[in-house]
Amino acid sequence: MTAILETRGLTRRFGGVVAVDQVDLAVKEGELRCLIGPNGAGKSTLFKCLTHQLKPSSGEIRLGGRNLERLPPHRIARMGVAIKNQIPSVYGGLSVQENIWLAARRAHSGRALDRMVANALAEIDFDSDARASAKVDALSHAHRQWVELGMLLVTEPRLALLDEPTAGMTRDEMLKTVRIIRRLNEHSTIIVVEHDLEFISLLAKRVTVLHRGRVLVEDTMERIAQDPAVREIYLGSQWQPPAVNREA
Amino acid sequence: MDQTIVLLIAVANSVALLVLISLGLAVIFGMMRVINFAHGEFIMLGGYATVLAANHGVNLWIAMLLIAPVTVGLIGFVVERLIIRPLYGQIVTTMLATWGLSIFLIGAVTTIFGNTMLGVSAPLGNVPIGVYSVSVYQLLLIAITAVLVAACLYVLNRTRWGLIARGTVQNPAMASAIGIDPVRVYAMTFMAGAALSGLAGGLLAPLSGVIPQMGTAYIADAFVTVISGGSAMIIGTLSAAGLLGPTQAILSYATTPVIGEAALLLLAIGLLRVLPRGISGLWQGGR
Amino acid sequence: MARLRNYLFVLPVLLLAAIGPSVFEMFGLVQISSFATMALAVLGLAFVWGFLGVLSLGHAAFFGLGAYAYAIAVINLGESSYAVVAAIAVPALFSVLLGYFLFFGRVSDVYLGVITLCVTLVLYNFTSATADPSYHIGAAPLGGFNGITAVPPLNWPGDPEAVLEVETMCRLCLIVLAAVYAGLVVLRRSSIGRIMVAIRESELRSELLGYDVRLYKMLGFTVSAAVAGLAGALFTAVNGYVGPSAFDLNQASQFLLWVIAGGLGSLAGPVIASFAFQYLSTWLGTTGVNTDLVFGAIIMLFVLLRLRERLPALWASASRFRRPGHRVSAFTAGPRALESGE
Repeated sequence: MTAILETRGLTRRFGGVVAVDQVDLAVKEGELRCLIGPNGAGKSTLFKCLTHQLKPSSGEIRLGGRNLERLPPHRIARMGVAIKNQIPSVYGGLSVQENIWLAARRAHSGRALDRMVANALAEIDFDSDARASAKVDALSHAHRQWVELGMLLVTEPRLALLDEPTAGMTRDEMLKTVRIIRRLNEHSTIIVVEHDLEFISLLAKRVTVLHRGRVLVEDTMERIAQDPAVREIYLGSQWQPPAVNREA
Repeated sequence: MDQTIVLLIAVANSVALLVLISLGLAVIFGMMRVINFAHGEFIMLGGYATVLAANHGVNLWIAMLLIAPVTVGLIGFVVERLIIRPLYGQIVTTMLATWGLSIFLIGAVTTIFGNTMLGVSAPLGNVPIGVYSVSVYQLLLIAITAVLVAACLYVLNRTRWGLIARGTVQNPAMASAIGIDPVRVYAMTFMAGAALSGLAGGLLAPLSGVIPQMGTAYIADAFVTVISGGSAMIIGTLSAAGLLGPTQAILSYATTPVIGEAALLLLAIGLLRVLPRGISGLWQGGR
Repeated sequence: MARLRNYLFVLPVLLLAAIGPSVFEMFGLVQISSFATMALAVLGLAFVWGFLGVLSLGHAAFFGLGAYAYAIAVINLGESSYAVVAAIAVPALFSVLLGYFLFFGRVSDVYLGVITLCVTLVLYNFTSATADPSYHIGAAPLGGFNGITAVPPLNWPGDPEAVLEVETMCRLCLIVLAAVYAGLVVLRRSSIGRIMVAIRESELRSELLGYDVRLYKMLGFTVSAAVAGLAGALFTAVNGYVGPSAFDLNQASQFLLWVIAGGLGSLAGPVIASFAFQYLSTWLGTTGVNTDLVFGAIIMLFVLLRLRERLPALWASASRFRRPGHRVSAFTAGPRALESGE
C-alpha cells in the first residue's frame, strides 16, 4: 500500500514554543492510524498544519505524493482532506440536514446529492424529519460530533482527520462513533487523535505517540502499551489494556 | 533650501498630526479591541472644551492641556459605562453603537452650540524661514506630540499602572484572581484613551477652529493609521504614521490635498493586503 | 407553500405601484419614487451583510458612484438607457477591484468595515473638491459641493425625447424594487445563496469543506454594489440631481440604520424601515429638531436594546467574534477575550 500522507520535518512554532517539532509521519492508504499523547503534545496543532488552518513553520507535507506547500485550506479540502476539529466546527445555526447538504454540495448536485445526503443522515441515525431539521446548536456535544462525522462521510475524503471524536461521550455513544468511523474507513484513510484507550484498542492497528511536539514512538497498540517511556509520560505505570470487546 | 526645510516641516507635521489624532484610538483599540466610532467626536469635544474655556477667559494652555482632556475623559467614563460595557466582546455591535453615539454627539453639539465655526487664535505667532513663514505653534505641536508619545510609552511599559493595564487586558481572569478588578481597568483605559483624544482636540483647536462635524474629517485618517499599525499600540501607530504621513504630505504638496488623502488610503489598503495584521504583524508571527 | 411566502412582500409593493398614482399627488409620487430608490439601495446592503456577513460601512460609495455615473453618462449620451447600464457597471467594477484587496487579502471584518467607510469618505472629499469648472467629464461638470444639476430623467429606450412621466417613473421604481427583492430571494434560496449563508455561519467550516470563501464574498459584494448603483441611477433620474452628499457619513449611516432597525438577515424589514425613517426624517425636518440627535439616539437604542431582546441568531451573525453557544461574563472575559478568531 502506498503512503497517502507523508510529512518530513514538519515543524510549527508559536514564538518561542515549538508545538510540532520535526515530525516525520507516513500513513498508508486505507490505514486507520491513532495519534495519542498527553495534552499539549501538539496533536491538534499537527492536524491544523495538515489542513493549513495553521501554516507550518518549516517542513514538508505530501498528500498522495503532491506537495501541499502554499495551498490555501479550501484547495487542500478539495484534494480530499477532511477534518473533524476538536471543538466541532459545524454550522450551529443551521439544521442537521443543511449541514450535510452543504458538505455534499461542493462535489455533487441533483439527485446524486439528495441520495448522498439521505445516506449520510441514515448512517448517523438522523434520518427522521424531526431529527434532520433540528438546529445543530441545540444538540448535545455528542450529537454535534456525529453531525460533523456525517459531514465527513458525505464528502468521501481521501484522508479524514478526527480530533477527539469521542470527547465527552458515554461508552454507548463511543461505541456508535466506532461504528461510524469504521464505515468511514471503508473509503477513507483516517488519522484519529484520541485519549479514550478502549476506543483506540477497538480501532487502531498502528499508533503514533507524540510528546512535546515530537514523535516518541510508533508501533502497534499492544507494543505501545508496554513501552516504558509511553507508560511514564502518558498511560501511567499501572495501566493495563482493557479487555477488548470486538462486537461493537 | 528653504523649500526643502518647509517641506520637511510639512512632513513632520503630517506625521505628528496623524500620531496625535490616532493616539487615543490606538490605546482603546490596542488594549480593548474596541473600535470607537465616536473617536472623532471625542476630538471635537476636546476642541469645543478648549475654545469655550479660552473664550471665557481661561488661559489657553490650561484650556488645552487640562480642561480638554479632563472633560473628555469624564465623558469617556460615562460612555464606557453606558455603551461599551454592555457590549464587551462584540466588536461589530460596539462599532455600530459608537457610530450611533458619534451621530448623536454631532447632533447634540449642533443643537447646543449651533453650526457655525468657533475659534481661538494660535499662540506664539510665526517664524520666517527664507521667504516662507511657519507657525511656531505648529512646530511646537510636533514637539508636544513627541513628548506625548514618549509619556505613553513610559506609562505603559515602565509604570505599575501600565503593567496592570496590559496584564488585565491579556488575562482578566488571572487579574481578578490576584485582586485587580478588570472592569475598573477597562473603564480607566477607555477614559485614558478618551482623554488623549480630547487633548488632541484641544491642541488642534487653535489651528482650524471647531465645528460640530470636524470629527468626521479626522476619523478616516485615525482609523487607517491605527489599523495599519496593528496591535502594537504605540509603536505600531508610530510606524504607520511614519509611513502614511510623509506619503500624504508629499503628495498633497505636489498635487492636491484630496489626492494626498486618497494616496494615504490606497497605501493603507495595499499595506493591509500584504500585512493583514498591520505593521505589527511584521514582528508578531501569525497564521 | 412555504416557498411562496418568501415572495409575499412583493405584493404590497406592486399594489402601491398600481394604485399609487391614483391616490397620491405629484409631490407624494416623487417622494415615493425617491424613497423607493433608497429602499432599493439598502436591499444591497441587507443582502451582503445579512446573508454573507460582510459589513460594508461604505455602501454609500456604490450608491454615489452609480448616481454620478448615471448623471455623467446621460448628460453626455443624451439617452438614459446606456446611462443606467453604466450606473450598474461602474460600482460593480469598483467593487471587484476593492473586493480583491479586501477579500483576497483576508482582511478581518473590522478592518473591512473601516476601510469601506474610508473609501466612501475619500469619494466624498474628492467630489466636494471639484468645484472648478475644469473638473468635468465630457459635457458634465462635476460641480464640486453643489453637485451635478439639471440631470435629464429617464426616457423610453430608443426615444430620447420621450421622457417618463412622474406617475410612470413612480411605478417603475416600485416595480424595480419588487423585482430586485424577488431576485434576491431567488438567489438566497439557490445553492449559491445557501453557501453564502453557510459562510456567514462559519467561514472556517466552509473553507474546510472546500468552498473558496473569497470568491463568494466577492460575488455578494459585487451584487450589492450593482444593486446600489442601479438605485443611484434611479434616484438621480427622479430628483434630477446628484451631489457629494450621496457619499457622506450621513448617507452611509442611514443605510446602516435601516438594516439594523429592519433586522439583520431580513430583506423586507430594511425596506420597510427605509420608508419609515425617510418619512420620519422629512417630518423632523419640518419641526426643526436636529435629525442627527434623533437618529443617533435611535441607532444606539436599537443596538443596545436588541441585545436584551436576545435575538441570538441575528446578532451572532452580526458579531461573529462571539463564539456560538457561549454566553460570556464581562467580568471574566472582558472586551478582548473572544478575539481568538482573529
